[in-house]
Amino acid sequence: MNKARRNPFNVFASHAVLLTYTLIALFPVFVILINSFKTRKAIFREPLALPSSDSFSLIGYQTVMKQGDFFLYFQNSMIVTVASLFFVLLFGAMAAFALAEYRFKGNTLMGLYLALGIMIPIRIGTVAILDLMVSTGLVNTLWALILVYTAQGLPLAVFILSEFMRQVSDDLKNAGRIDGLSEYTIFFRLVLPLVRPAMATVAVFNMIPIWNDLWFPLILAPAEETKTLTLGSQVFIGQFVTDWNAVLSALSMAILPVMILYVIFSRQLIRGITSGAVK
Amino acid sequence: MTALILKNVCKSFGQVEVLKNIDLEVEEGEFVVFVGPSGCGKSTLLRVIAGLEDATSGTIEIDGKVVNQTPPAKRGIAMVFQSYALYPHLTVKDNMTLALKQEKQPKNEIEERVRNASQMLALTDYLDRRPSELSGGQRQRVAIGRAIVREPKLFLFDEPLSNLDAALRMNTRIEIANLHRSLDASMIYVTHDQTEAMTLASKIVVLRDGMVEQVGSPMELYNNPANQFVAGFLGSPSMNFIPAATVGGSPEHTLGVRPEYLRINGAGRLDAKVSHVEKLGGDTNVLVDVAGANTMTVRLFGQHPVETGEQIALDFDDKDTFLFDAGGRRV
Repeated sequence: MNKARRNPFNVFASHAVLLTYTLIALFPVFVILINSFKTRKAIFREPLALPSSDSFSLIGYQTVMKQGDFFLYFQNSMIVTVASLFFVLLFGAMAAFALAEYRFKGNTLMGLYLALGIMIPIRIGTVAILDLMVSTGLVNTLWALILVYTAQGLPLAVFILSEFMRQVSDDLKNAGRIDGLSEYTIFFRLVLPLVRPAMATVAVFNMIPIWNDLWFPLILAPAEETKTLTLGSQVFIGQFVTDWNAVLSALSMAILPVMILYVIFSRQLIRGITSGAVK
Repeated sequence: MTALILKNVCKSFGQVEVLKNIDLEVEEGEFVVFVGPSGCGKSTLLRVIAGLEDATSGTIEIDGKVVNQTPPAKRGIAMVFQSYALYPHLTVKDNMTLALKQEKQPKNEIEERVRNASQMLALTDYLDRRPSELSGGQRQRVAIGRAIVREPKLFLFDEPLSNLDAALRMNTRIEIANLHRSLDASMIYVTHDQTEAMTLASKIVVLRDGMVEQVGSPMELYNNPANQFVAGFLGSPSMNFIPAATVGGSPEHTLGVRPEYLRINGAGRLDAKVSHVEKLGGDTNVLVDVAGANTMTVRLFGQHPVETGEQIALDFDDKDTFLFDAGGRRV
């Protein structure tokens, strides 16, 4: 370890900076959480106060529960997010493997074409997508969302994963071929475990935008039975009256699943970000 | 039976011809070493034999069957890679048994083969470890073990020792030689190190620019090189070349003489100035600048009191020299 890192002042300073940043980042989340447990009056009287015996109230959560469909929204969000991530990772990794591993005509062109999606936001095509979904009868189904999010996530996934797949040693894949593994087995059993950190990185980058998205659920699947959590929470926000208790409670609960998914991926993610940088 | 026959094998990547009309036969039980400078196509040739690259033209015959269209796993070969290429998430035992499981060998047969191989390679205590928990030498032994358990008709080694340090390299070299003796299998071994080639091979194939320069036993190539390239490539320190005119020969010819056949002799034919001395204890290598020629190396056995800057004269017997024409061919 070098000297600068052992110096107590430096240790203190770096921790102070990190702690400050953590506080700033967590503050909005904290405010949402405490206010979700307060009465409506208390929220507006002292938004930063902790809930006391006076102001404590579960009215927001009760409203959300009473709305009844909330669990359905929750389930919809979960299905859409998990399914989209699954397809993004599966197809992204497969395309990346093909681009990284096989010599074929138009390889570079294909790679560029797939990367083009990084530069062009998918929302530009909203009208065309809606048109397509209407003609295929997929409007107001979760499949509409899953397909769109998969398309949205693929370019970056292919781009990141093909870079990582190129680093997997050729000898290893060849050893697999000599041992009689099929190309699919080589992909699933040898290559995928080695690019796991990269997969986690891609998963996290894709997960949060999908979970939070309001645009496509609103346009493609606004029906009651296919509403996602973000869209469902909008019920409580009116043009003139907003049920803040319910909104804050709904948002507090919406944080949970993303946090759980994040914890699952985060260990891998950190390795993904630092791999190559430290070696 | 002939273990491997290559007929007119060519390989090109786009416009670049990497292998040009390779003809070669490997007899059963032979230890053949492909040697050559980097980029000469020796690894590509090995990969073509393994089936990891397709030959552009020509036929490859292993154990009497043409295998051009056969996938690597069905060619009856096993390969050991320079980077070991062990499966990092599998234990030593799983690394060794993966191919057998793919072949659907019966369980007791697999156990038996793993037991034999791990005893032969002193790996019995490490069967449950992951490759990351092993040293470089152990990893290389696992890679060799993975090849042995398959009981292939032909072993392929792709520079297996270049990632090991000098001491370990020597030990592993001897192990591989012993292995060849005890298995009595046909082996093909690729290296750029001429010492490995000389010590291991029963037959050396010298390659340059995708062409076979010469094929023969180590001593044949050493004593009777076909051209200047082979003469200079084999032997360490390498052969000295001087214009034959320096010692009264034809001006078109180059004269080659090995360092061990040069003598320091007051009445010698070549005047030289010592530019560097390497004292190795058992040997003394003297590098000299010869008037009208390049730097030459003299290898003296034992210890000699030669100092840098000294003026000396060199001599040699004409029977120990080789003559090459302008194109590098032996005269």
